[in-house]
Amino acid sequence: MNAPVLIDTIGLGQLIKLLQKKGYQVMGPTVRDEAIVYDTLDSINDLPQGWTDEQEAGHYRIKKRDDNAYFGYVVGPHSWKKYLHPPRRRLWRAEQKDGEVDIIPESAESTRFAFLGVRSCELHAITIQDEVFIKGPHVDNDYRLRRENALIIAVNCTQSAPTCFCVSMNTGPKAESGYDLVLTEILENNIHHFLVQAGSEKGLELLGELDPRPAKESDISKAEKGIEQAAQQMSRSMKTDGIKELLFENLEHPRWDEVAERCLSCANCTMVCPTCFCSTVEDVTDITGDHAERWQRWDSCFTMDFSYLHGGSVRSSTKSRYRQWMTHKLASWIDQFGSSGCVGCGRCVTWCPVGIDITEEVRAIENAGSKTSTPSQGGKE
Amino acid sequence: MNFSEPDPMVPQPYKVRQIWQETHDTFSLDLEPKGPSLHSEFAPGQFNMLYAFGVGEVPISISACSKNGDGWIHTIRDVGTVTHALHQLREGDTIGLRGPFGSAWPIDESKGSDVVIMAGGIGLAPLRPALYALMESRKNFGDIALLYGARKPEDLLYTDEFESWRGKYGVQVRVTVDNADRTWSGNVGVVTTMIPRVNFDPLQTVAMICGPEIMMRYAVLELRQNGVSEENIYVTMERNMKCAVGFCGHCQFGPAFICKDGPVFRYDRVKPLFSLREV
Repeated sequence: MNAPVLIDTIGLGQLIKLLQKKGYQVMGPTVRDEAIVYDTLDSINDLPQGWTDEQEAGHYRIKKRDDNAYFGYVVGPHSWKKYLHPPRRRLWRAEQKDGEVDIIPESAESTRFAFLGVRSCELHAITIQDEVFIKGPHVDNDYRLRRENALIIAVNCTQSAPTCFCVSMNTGPKAESGYDLVLTEILENNIHHFLVQAGSEKGLELLGELDPRPAKESDISKAEKGIEQAAQQMSRSMKTDGIKELLFENLEHPRWDEVAERCLSCANCTMVCPTCFCSTVEDVTDITGDHAERWQRWDSCFTMDFSYLHGGSVRSSTKSRYRQWMTHKLASWIDQFGSSGCVGCGRCVTWCPVGIDITEEVRAIENAGSKTSTPSQGGKE
Repeated sequence: MNFSEPDPMVPQPYKVRQIWQETHDTFSLDLEPKGPSLHSEFAPGQFNMLYAFGVGEVPISISACSKNGDGWIHTIRDVGTVTHALHQLREGDTIGLRGPFGSAWPIDESKGSDVVIMAGGIGLAPLRPALYALMESRKNFGDIALLYGARKPEDLLYTDEFESWRGKYGVQVRVTVDNADRTWSGNVGVVTTMIPRVNFDPLQTVAMICGPEIMMRYAVLELRQNGVSEENIYVTMERNMKCAVGFCGHCQFGPAFICKDGPVFRYDRVKPLFSLREV
């Protein structure tokens, strides 16, 4: 919708200030607890400048880069869903008085978030959760409001982690839509720039206040080269053609038993997944018994409780829970919401304590017949 | 997006108009809306989420419309914490209600056909409004049969209505139990054994089944063997349910959300998963 422009690191700092001035709470990547997580940014100094992440199945470390890149990492354990679909939220309160019950809905969240550093796979993840919470017959008003108020500043990936497979999922590495602004970091011979393009009126307006300079053809090609590099680096892949039929036809494949022997049913994959949306509710009362509340919190299909039905769990084995998660993510999601539930961000691979790799599991079922396979690293080609 | 619509996650206050015992462990709640403008429309097969103050919420199917049309009757088995709390309610108490939710029995689609209803235990509760709807426009349907099974005679629901269903509406009501003592003079055996004892044209029959999964599995098998087509068999599924509106993910059954795509399903659409364990 407009020509790309260039800002420098001062411009990036100004962008954060400008957003704050406009009343946004700016959320973005920062180093905490030896990981790059998303949190409130006070200034450009909170960004993980000079840091990168090292990822493999069951492995995550941050380490120093030999340059000063601000966005020289891939993705960490957090995703933006923690702001749009919070891990814990009160739904309503109820008061009991003289036999009467008064139910008071929680007022919907009105914080205006600006997300800085949204990766292409994450833009897709947000769109996927939109399908769940606002595009169906019922609307989650709290989500809708948070979503509508949010400003999204995407940052193109110029490197990928060995756990990434967005190219297979058609979700990256280049941000194509769904952002207000998109940045590509260009770092060359100590010259530090960001190629910026607006994706919405709001983004265009912001750009106007930043005083950027026009980008040259060479800047654009440098940015493109960076994104191309991220795609080239990608070593994991997943075949998505006919994946729904493949999984539905193999619900009793012996591979489910094999993966269940390794799976700890810990729910890490569902917590770090940017699209997993399941939740449960907790009803609580105070000591007088007259005040009650209902809280919603993230839940996982890996817990026993999840499928509890009068007297027992429907999915009592780890096998059935892993199968539920993976077939939902890659197959039934397509029937439910019109797309895969996987964006290829690789978080579930990285944060699995035993290194179970979803791409490897798909491949194992695909190669039906060969029932033996070696775990670890198998997802790499 | 409709902003004027109430938040589907927030219950509305309803008053207990009446509560009565149906069997030794099952009771019915007649609930009336406390708000003035709340509607009482529902389709047979749909359910409400009932909230017992401070205890929790459970999905309960609507077993009838209230007498004056302003509310709903729910038949509930006292089996868990929340249903036990609901059992303690007294007339005039207030509870929370969300709904109605879910899909319905194919009443309109059954016009011109024979209808076979098969229920196991409390499975008769969500089928009763379907029976009422069939009887209300009785002439639109051919033979109607109700095959009802329970574990013991004392578990049978709505027995005082059977005579009117038989006599006034010509419904073939066949009842059977798994176990009984000598005071029981009726049938003993599984509900599928009743199928040959009622009249229906298998090629022109819609079947509606609600009961434990194992009972439904055999019922489908038997109906199929009698020549009823898969597209004319409807079953209900049950799974853990928290939100009832497709947000919480708990009630998934393959690609279906029981809360919004079910609980009533056409058999051929759930067939691939129907006999799999732990889905």
